[in-house]
Amino acid sequence: MTTPQIEIQIIASLVAIACAIPGVFLVLRKMAMISDAISHAILPGIVVGFLITQSLNSPFLIILAALTGLLTVVLVELINKTKLVKEDAAIGLVFPALFSIGVIIISRNVSNIHIDTDAVLMGELAFAPFNRLVISGVDIGPQNAWVMAVILLINLTFTVVFFKELKLSTFDKGLAASLGFAPAFLNYVLMGTVSVTTVGAFDAVGAILVVALMIAPASAAYLLTDELKKMIWISVLIGVFAAISGYWLARFLDASISGSMATMCGIIFLAVFIVSPQRGLLSILIRKRRQKIEFAQMTLVIHLFNHSGNNDDIEERRIDHLNKHLAWDKPFSDKLLHLSLKSNIIEINNDVIEITAKGLQFVRAAENLVSSKYHPEFETLRKEFIIFTD
Amino acid sequence: MEFYNFFIDLFTDYTTQTIGLGTAVLGLMSGVLGVYAILRKQSLLGDAVAHSALPGIALAFLITGTKNTLIIFAGAAFAGWLATFWIGAIIKNTRIKSDAALAIVLSVFFGFGLVLLTFIQRIENANQAGLETYLFGQAATLLQQDVVTMAMIALFSLIVVVLLWKEFKLFSFDEQYAKTLGFNTRFLDFAINTLIVLAIVIGLQTVGVILMSALLIAPAAAARQWTNRLSGVVVLSALFGILSGVVGTGISSVGNNLSTGPVIVLVSIVIVLISFIFAPKRGWLAKLIGKQKNRQSLAVSKLLEGLYETCRAHQNVKHQHSLNIIKALPGYNKKTLLVLKNDGLIEFTTDMEWCLTDKGLFKAKNHSGNGGAK
Repeated sequence: MTTPQIEIQIIASLVAIACAIPGVFLVLRKMAMISDAISHAILPGIVVGFLITQSLNSPFLIILAALTGLLTVVLVELINKTKLVKEDAAIGLVFPALFSIGVIIISRNVSNIHIDTDAVLMGELAFAPFNRLVISGVDIGPQNAWVMAVILLINLTFTVVFFKELKLSTFDKGLAASLGFAPAFLNYVLMGTVSVTTVGAFDAVGAILVVALMIAPASAAYLLTDELKKMIWISVLIGVFAAISGYWLARFLDASISGSMATMCGIIFLAVFIVSPQRGLLSILIRKRRQKIEFAQMTLVIHLFNHSGNNDDIEERRIDHLNKHLAWDKPFSDKLLHLSLKSNIIEINNDVIEITAKGLQFVRAAENLVSSKYHPEFETLRKEFIIFTD
Repeated sequence: MEFYNFFIDLFTDYTTQTIGLGTAVLGLMSGVLGVYAILRKQSLLGDAVAHSALPGIALAFLITGTKNTLIIFAGAAFAGWLATFWIGAIIKNTRIKSDAALAIVLSVFFGFGLVLLTFIQRIENANQAGLETYLFGQAATLLQQDVVTMAMIALFSLIVVVLLWKEFKLFSFDEQYAKTLGFNTRFLDFAINTLIVLAIVIGLQTVGVILMSALLIAPAAAARQWTNRLSGVVVLSALFGILSGVVGTGISSVGNNLSTGPVIVLVSIVIVLISFIFAPKRGWLAKLIGKQKNRQSLAVSKLLEGLYETCRAHQNVKHQHSLNIIKALPGYNKKTLLVLKNDGLIEFTTDMEWCLTDKGLFKAKNHSGNGGAK
């Protein structure tokens, strides 16, 4: 690997970590689309800031653009308060307006602004290493890396210092407010860090990847754990992995780096979505199937128990009866019988199913379980309300 | 002046007519279907679908090698549908909420679209130039055959909306009720979603994938402010859509090198702002006036009450009091006094003394009897 390659991967990883941390809170607060809105809406701030400072990395530009991001949040809340449209429509009106203004300013000042609209969307990560930060004649690395490192430090400090407050206001806003934690103020600070992160990352990786890196790793982590701290760690890891693997995918395809990173985010999320041990699609499907069979097995043995020992009931115990009476189709009932035979709760003689001693044991245990819910108060209730008791 | 020329061209110049017609068709369709997107609280789904169309466009081109409008539309619609499907699957099967599902699908599809776009740039010859116009839209690239295709799709969609008017209305306002009445809500959901995807797809060439969702939301959000009737909202929204499309294209054709998308979107947002401010009943101005009127009528009753108390305090209710007493009463200003005078509740003598008329006394008595009394 050459030095620029390593530097690109370092910058990408810094962006990924800086995005993943606020992203977790956005996902948990159901505000993910705000990141999309901010990432579009900061454009006019960046353009105006660039017209003034002529540099994409000046702190003034970052602050101006971050303020535009906050303006988005304020405008959305303002429109919400009028109750003229629903919240999602408010978001959908504000950011296209600001983004359009940005695009128009760019196209009106083509000669003054060296940002083209492609760079807005994709960033120019490949060129990031060429923009060096030189302090008193010493080259200390790419400017982008330092900007992202500072932003990462801000995010980290904010999250560590206000961890308790963030956690509480995320999960129980009402309680946080009543305990005096000022969740509304905290929300604005969080939105501020989202804006600053978006602006800082924007130059390197473009508007769209910021959204992907904020929301996809955090959502994947949300499917893997129930603990906030673990969720942050996992989304940081996923983000870094997506960034680095995305870089190599881009090199392999000779295509947009940030696009490839977003694609990797999607692939990782898809993988987690399918195979996550507790909440993945596969485990949900398997669980549903197992529950269906288990329930059918219970129904079967209780059915047999109700009709056992009496020769008149022999019709009820025939194999083909399952299809007619219990409305199980043939493949399902065959599979059910096979599994039940295997677990030794039934036996079959001449197409008649009999419950085994083990099956009986199971039914009795089930009965005990139901009657163990016996409660004196329940008994009086039963006597009061249910007339036909024996 | 140049903008004026655009409108002259609209009636005389063939190319301008084509473009104007195209944007009008687009505005009409997104205006009509936007209403349903807004009613179903799916404004941001449009955003996700529009962004997600990009890889569909790129793949359609990559596979067929042509820029035929219908093929590009098909690719975009397929990708948009896939995105809708994935978003639905995430929301249905996991605890991830719709906002995160939208953000993931939107950014990932769009990112993949960018990969394909840069990939195409490197492997193909110059023939592919123009796919980038799908990012921000360029009305100038509209050809007559494109407009015909758009018009066909729009016509089909409008026919469906008219035929399923009752069903769509019920389904958009009360999905559960529609279900209990035995309507096939799955089909209706599919139908509306498909039409919304189509509305977005036909706008991609003119407005672009990034901003198309705004053209879906804005006319409907504006129209919603003016009336409460669905038919009224749909017609008005269609008109606003057409207006945004045509005026936006006009402005962008005047300013050189201006992408059409942002201009059309800004025009539509201006219409939204005007509606927010000036719409009767719901608008900001109407509410302000309503508040002011309320305050004024409260002040009038308060003043009348004060006058009545003053009169009653005197042995003779018809005693002529001096004007200065009025000025000290709560609710007094020139307008409230004028209202009382014009309604014939108070009369003035020549030396500017006053007393309540019989009508005034009667009204004040009733008024204080109806909860006005302390």
